[in-house]
Amino acid sequence: MSPIEPLKHFSHQLNSPEKKFASHNIWQRLHIDLPLLAGIVLLTGLGLVILYSAGNQSPGMMARQLARLGLAFMAMFIVAQIPPAKLRLWAPWLYGVGLSLLIAVLVIGTIGKGARRWLDLGLFRFQPSEIMKLAIPLFLAWYYQDKPLPPSKKCLLIGCIALLVPVLLTAKQPDLGTALMLVTAGVCVLFLAGMQWWIIIGLGALATLFAPILWHFMHDYQRQRVLTFLYPERDPLGTGYHIIQSKIAIGSGGLFGKGWLEGTQAHLHFLPEHATDFIFGVTGEEFGLFGGLVLLAVYLFIVGRGLYISSQAQDTFTRLLAGSLSLMFFFSIFINIGMVTGILPVVGLPLPLVSYGGTSMVTLLAGFGILMSVNTHRKLLAR
Amino acid sequence: MRQSDTDVRPWRFYLIIGLLIVASLALVARMLQLTVVDRAFLQKQGNARTLRTIHIPAYRGMITDRNGYPLAISTPVNSVWINPQEFDANQANLHKIAKLLHENPTTIMKRLQNNTGREFVYLKRHIDPAIGAQIEALQIPGVHLQAEFRRFYPEGESAAHVVGFTNIDDVGQEGLELAYDDWLRGVPGKELVLKDRYGHVVDIVDVKRKAKPGDQLTLSLDHRIQYLAYRELKQTVQDNQAKSGSIVVLDVKTGEVLGMANYPSYNPNQRYKRRNDNFRNRAVTDVFEPGSTLKAFSVANAIASGKYTPTSKVSTSPGYYKIGHRTVRDGRDNGTLDLTGILQHSSNVGMSKVTLSLAPESLGNLLESMGFGTRTDSGFPGEAAGSLPMDGKQDPFSLATLSFGYSLSVTTLQLAEGYAELASGGVKHPVSLVKLDGAPESERILPHQVANQVLQMLETVVQPGGTGTRGQVPGYRVLGKTGTTRIVGPNGYEADHHNALFVGAAPASDPRIVIAVVVRDPTGGKFYGGLVAAPVFANVMSGSLRLLDVAPDKA
Repeated sequence: MSPIEPLKHFSHQLNSPEKKFASHNIWQRLHIDLPLLAGIVLLTGLGLVILYSAGNQSPGMMARQLARLGLAFMAMFIVAQIPPAKLRLWAPWLYGVGLSLLIAVLVIGTIGKGARRWLDLGLFRFQPSEIMKLAIPLFLAWYYQDKPLPPSKKCLLIGCIALLVPVLLTAKQPDLGTALMLVTAGVCVLFLAGMQWWIIIGLGALATLFAPILWHFMHDYQRQRVLTFLYPERDPLGTGYHIIQSKIAIGSGGLFGKGWLEGTQAHLHFLPEHATDFIFGVTGEEFGLFGGLVLLAVYLFIVGRGLYISSQAQDTFTRLLAGSLSLMFFFSIFINIGMVTGILPVVGLPLPLVSYGGTSMVTLLAGFGILMSVNTHRKLLAR
Repeated sequence: MRQSDTDVRPWRFYLIIGLLIVASLALVARMLQLTVVDRAFLQKQGNARTLRTIHIPAYRGMITDRNGYPLAISTPVNSVWINPQEFDANQANLHKIAKLLHENPTTIMKRLQNNTGREFVYLKRHIDPAIGAQIEALQIPGVHLQAEFRRFYPEGESAAHVVGFTNIDDVGQEGLELAYDDWLRGVPGKELVLKDRYGHVVDIVDVKRKAKPGDQLTLSLDHRIQYLAYRELKQTVQDNQAKSGSIVVLDVKTGEVLGMANYPSYNPNQRYKRRNDNFRNRAVTDVFEPGSTLKAFSVANAIASGKYTPTSKVSTSPGYYKIGHRTVRDGRDNGTLDLTGILQHSSNVGMSKVTLSLAPESLGNLLESMGFGTRTDSGFPGEAAGSLPMDGKQDPFSLATLSFGYSLSVTTLQLAEGYAELASGGVKHPVSLVKLDGAPESERILPHQVANQVLQMLETVVQPGGTGTRGQVPGYRVLGKTGTTRIVGPNGYEADHHNALFVGAAPASDPRIVIAVVVRDPTGGKFYGGLVAAPVFANVMSGSLRLLDVAPDKA
């Protein structure tokens, strides 16, 4: 599994005799899904415009974000070349490697911002929980592909354990946001795999029952966030500050916003984390309801395209995989915007492809690479 | 393909689609709520965080002397204050600030710890705006600058008593700074500004009211005469080891005060060195018995009565005069003197005999109309009125003592004003510490001839044979009167404590300037007004006449 392999495969594709009937267009041959690419490019373009303002027009910030985007697009392009069959083959291995790295983080991880999330690889720091965002859907899709559906109780139990172990390891770091994304990804696969309703309801009930216990194990700052969500005015200068400021930012933007670079909440340092987790506040303040809706529409288009790809997939593995990746993307948007607008508690999750920040962007575009791979290799497989 | 296409059930798929739609609609609904329903409230909240009305300090009006020379000027300065709620008191921040302010980090820390509950603590007042800019550039949250003005007094201690001073908040505390505070103060401006989270002004949104600078105040003082008067007085007080001294220089033609000084004084620019006792403008706040200097008015009263002329003879032998059980005394037996002689030799006996031969209430009435016993028109804060016994039931002895300047009390300014009324030919011009715009008000107190006759008689006092020869000024004819009074102590008049006085005017042919000098309790051996106070008069008069370009009237 050398990094060159996908490229080899790519050249193989180009040189294969199938090439002449393969497809009617060049995008198909490049394994690029054009609508998905268009949506992503549009989104990242809008994201850069917003970030330029949110980052106080810092050229350094823009350069770093562009570099990360370049890296992420490269990852997407490379992953798109890997046929689903290969992904299926690698899925358990990737899961195993990801799990080992998560354990490694617990032992030798680097501490930053009060959490042990990173592995220091000398040149850069690396967050193994990000791998799990892809590894969990891959592994669960792989596990359920040849099981009778709906899955038996035994299969469900195994799936749940396979999901919960990395989730708990991530939550222990602590990284509640990523852990939440991992749960979402896993549950999506389980749901799409046909998990019975009574189990879903039962798990929900169990979760409610265990909430007080979970409360007991939470870190203080996590408890604060839940309390703040329930009563935002409880501590307006402390933990409720973020949410009050972001609501003000969005509300004062009105229908069409104060204009690009004109937002006061962010530029006068009232809105915290305005370039990262709370960047949607800047969008609302400067572009108003209109801007927010446009951004949401672009997101929904990408999610819709992902779900369409899932629906067109030709086997259980790719269907489960594509579906869960798309849903995970949707939920990360929903959770972030919900948090910034104050209908969900504050969890540290970026707004995908718009917020300033690195690792998650690479993972995300690699995930879109998988979607592209699923869609563009479909016809080849069909023949 | 091992699986059929039905492995993911369509209804589940549609359920998911439905869920996504509901979730998206929830987001849209929330955004609508924030941007439409709650918009006004949230906008107000946003503005409440960023928009602030701030007060722009108004420039306090300058105080100048009559020729525009500055006596009090305001310069812009900064004051640094801290909001302990916002300020992160870490060592790095503390050291940066302490270094710029030349303060000890631990003292700053202590001050913050003593005020943890507050939101406003001054760190240092009145720093150089250049250092203020450096502090601003540190961009430390919770550290703020306040634009202010600091008052500077170029003349220092010489004009300190008249001009007074402001406190650190630019409010008049003493002297004319206090009296004319409303005039000088101006109206602070109001600006609507955009502030960032750290309280730094980012932009001025709207100027609601421009700061209206205070008005300039032009005093009647001439700073050259003022300085001369102060310098001479200081020298004399020091040389004679006196307790204090006051001097007033009046313009005879207008009643304007050209100079008014006291010693000891203080430096209004060094606030921490001020001693309360020296703040008093003794020339208007401290009263004393004028003694022989009052005889000029008693003589005027005698001439005005028509019963006496300057040459009317009165016997002062044998040097004392019994009135009931009490006795009025002269220093020696002066024999028979005319009215001029009484003044020249300052005979208490002669003065008493003359006054007792007149209508008893006439002297009191004259003194009252001249302004004794009531405050002058100077408008100076804390001015004393002095006292004039006017109950009409004066026994002859009291009337006699009044005629030679006891049993009443006056201020230096009142004494100078009284002499100015004589010098102007019997017309009273209200005294003024502010430069007059037009012609002064006038009120006739004495017939012209009466006043002129008294002036001629007063000229003899500084001529050979008189008590005030040291009051002579080269080139000018001078008139004046000495006074040496005993100071009242706990046990009545003290034997060894005196006030040395001299009041006079020049040039005698057409008087321009009146100067009154009081030296309190000289203990250096000399204590006669003619020896201690007259030289100060002569030096200040000589300099003032030259500064005002007054033509000499004596060959």
